[in-house]
Amino acid sequence: MPEITIRDALQRGLREALDNDPNVYLMGEDIGAYGGAYSVTAGFLEDYGPERVRDVPISENTFIGTALGSAVGGLRPVVEFMSISFSLLAFDQMINIGASIRYMSGGQFKVPVVIRAPTGAGIQLAATHSHMFENWLASVPGFRVVAASTPYDALGLLRSALKDDNPVIMAEHVQLYGKRGEVPDEYFTIPLGKADVKRTGEDITIVAFSHGVVIAMDAAGKLAENGVKAEVIDLRSLRPLDIETVLKSVAKTHRAALIDENWRTCGYMAEVSAQISEKGFDLLDGPVARVASEDVPAPYSRPLEQMMLPNVNRVLKAIEENYGI
Amino acid sequence: MKVLERARKTELAELYRQMYRIRVFEEKCGELYARGLIRGFLHIYIGQEANAVGAMSVLRPEDYVVTHYRDHGQALARGLDAGRCMAELFGRATGVSRGKGGSMHLFDAQKNFVGGHAIVAGHFPLATGLALAAQYKREDRVVLTFFGDGAVNQGVFHETFNLAALWKLPIVFFLENNLYGMGSAIGRVRSGGADFQDAGKPYGIECVVIDGMDVMAVREATQAAVHHARSGKGPAFIESKTFRFHGHSMADPVKYRGDEEEERWKRRDPLHTFPRMLLELGLATDKDIEKIKAEAEAEIDAAIKFAEDSPWPAPEALYEDIYA
Ligand SMILES: Cc1ncc(C[n+]2csc(CCOP(=O)(O)OP(=O)(O)O)c2C)c(N)n1
Ligand SMILES: [Mg+2]
Repeated sequence: MPEITIRDALQRGLREALDNDPNVYLMGEDIGAYGGAYSVTAGFLEDYGPERVRDVPISENTFIGTALGSAVGGLRPVVEFMSISFSLLAFDQMINIGASIRYMSGGQFKVPVVIRAPTGAGIQLAATHSHMFENWLASVPGFRVVAASTPYDALGLLRSALKDDNPVIMAEHVQLYGKRGEVPDEYFTIPLGKADVKRTGEDITIVAFSHGVVIAMDAAGKLAENGVKAEVIDLRSLRPLDIETVLKSVAKTHRAALIDENWRTCGYMAEVSAQISEKGFDLLDGPVARVASEDVPAPYSRPLEQMMLPNVNRVLKAIEENYGI
Repeated sequence: MKVLERARKTELAELYRQMYRIRVFEEKCGELYARGLIRGFLHIYIGQEANAVGAMSVLRPEDYVVTHYRDHGQALARGLDAGRCMAELFGRATGVSRGKGGSMHLFDAQKNFVGGHAIVAGHFPLATGLALAAQYKREDRVVLTFFGDGAVNQGVFHETFNLAALWKLPIVFFLENNLYGMGSAIGRVRSGGADFQDAGKPYGIECVVIDGMDVMAVREATQAAVHHARSGKGPAFIESKTFRFHGHSMADPVKYRGDEEEERWKRRDPLHTFPRMLLELGLATDKDIEKIKAEAEAEIDAAIKFAEDSPWPAPEALYEDIYA
């Protein structure tokens, strides 16, 4: 199977959509002439023209809202935030229109829009540019929120997002755009709301999403060196959450470790942890081991930033403390 | 009086009928709120009727209307069913938004009436997006969006004016300047003062200033603005000078302004001046006026009856309409 990057996968999905559906257009800051802050749309303007690849002014609340309005009007926009950090300026439109207009109108309108958002810390951008608001967005009824950790998942999820008639937020971790992986040439999709077992094992379940999956896989490798077989679950979808897949694994392993790059307090894994204890309390041999970002604004300095973020050692330590393995 | 000559008698009667049914609807809403049958925030439109009615009278069915929370007048003028609007205010299953929106969030997709939005200025981007969809699909339709003087101080006002002008979108921005945003007289919260003539200038959007107590002036100006937007020349902007006769919402005791100001505006109440003019010019008879009034009152009574007789939403409705 050919190997491509997550960026390649996203490009393939977006080009397919533009080629196949005249109502699909792209919109975002510097996605056209500049090619996108993370080069996802490089070359698109030349191929599809300014009507379908629309550069917008730096007005997040307005261009997101405009995309939502155009979706209500029958189009299928794919909007790119330069960073999920800037989504703060658009929360009003995203939540009060995007997530609410269907409900508020008694089901009269639909809002088929894909919002792509580079997310995550780790590249020393400090507090304003390192946010990961997936957890906030995932708490909003009306949204779907997905986060891919492989090129295969990125393409499969994007294809499904483009077929869905609701606002779908794709959180794209900035450290993963160049990550390579196998992607078949044949058409496939990945349903929204299905977790994926990235590695099987019997001794402990490690749950993660986005860049956390990279950490989880490394941790599983280390555990294997000591004869501990870890199962790694990539949630892929944060809303809806596929808790069944998690519980099924915990029923087998009786242990759970959760990796979360969100701030610990009210981070996404706080929800996963709550649901495990609500629905699978008796399955556990000990308390879940939750490793999350420290509750601090993201610092610039490399050693400090690395201290804030989850890493393999912190995961192994937490597992050891809670389960003695 | 050229304006009047151009309009046909039936059209004039229709303008009066629309304004009167809104007035009655709103008066009844006030009573029903006092009786606890309508809850939440209720913003009534009394005094501003000429705006919704005059402006909406020049739209086509395929055009979009987007407005803010003071939306009953717009909804009725757009042809939403009065009974289903009242049922929405009552929170009933038969409401235009199935009881999930209430007074501030009236919607009717059939009428291309896309809200009813309660975040001040939050509907600008939505309206702009609808205009973008129309332009993109080469559809011959425009968006008419209403807002208050308070909305001009929000960033999205400026952002959408910029974007709509940049992309030459088919949209008409209709400002109902009623001189107050809740209790704030404009002069106390806007450095530019109470006139908005220049508000679109930085974006190259001309503003036409009109008398919002004169339904014919509203109609004429909106006709021209809609024509401008429809012919691909980009956004148009109207500032209508108007006044709400009652408080901002039912919770407002109106301590921030004097009776004298209210009395001055009430003398220009379109519900008095317009029929008087029709009578004076022989364009309607007393009998015509009485008939219109009686019919409107009966319509609103029936609307209330419909709302009262309507069922509450079923429990299943709680989880319906979240996802398509
Ligand atoms: C973002 C936001 N801030 C504050 C409010 C509370 N609020 C509701 S209406 C209003 C005044 C708006 O005045 P204006 O735009 O002039 O409209 P009018 O009520 O006069 O029709 C305020 C402050 C709100 N709904 N949304
Ligand atoms: Mg006002």
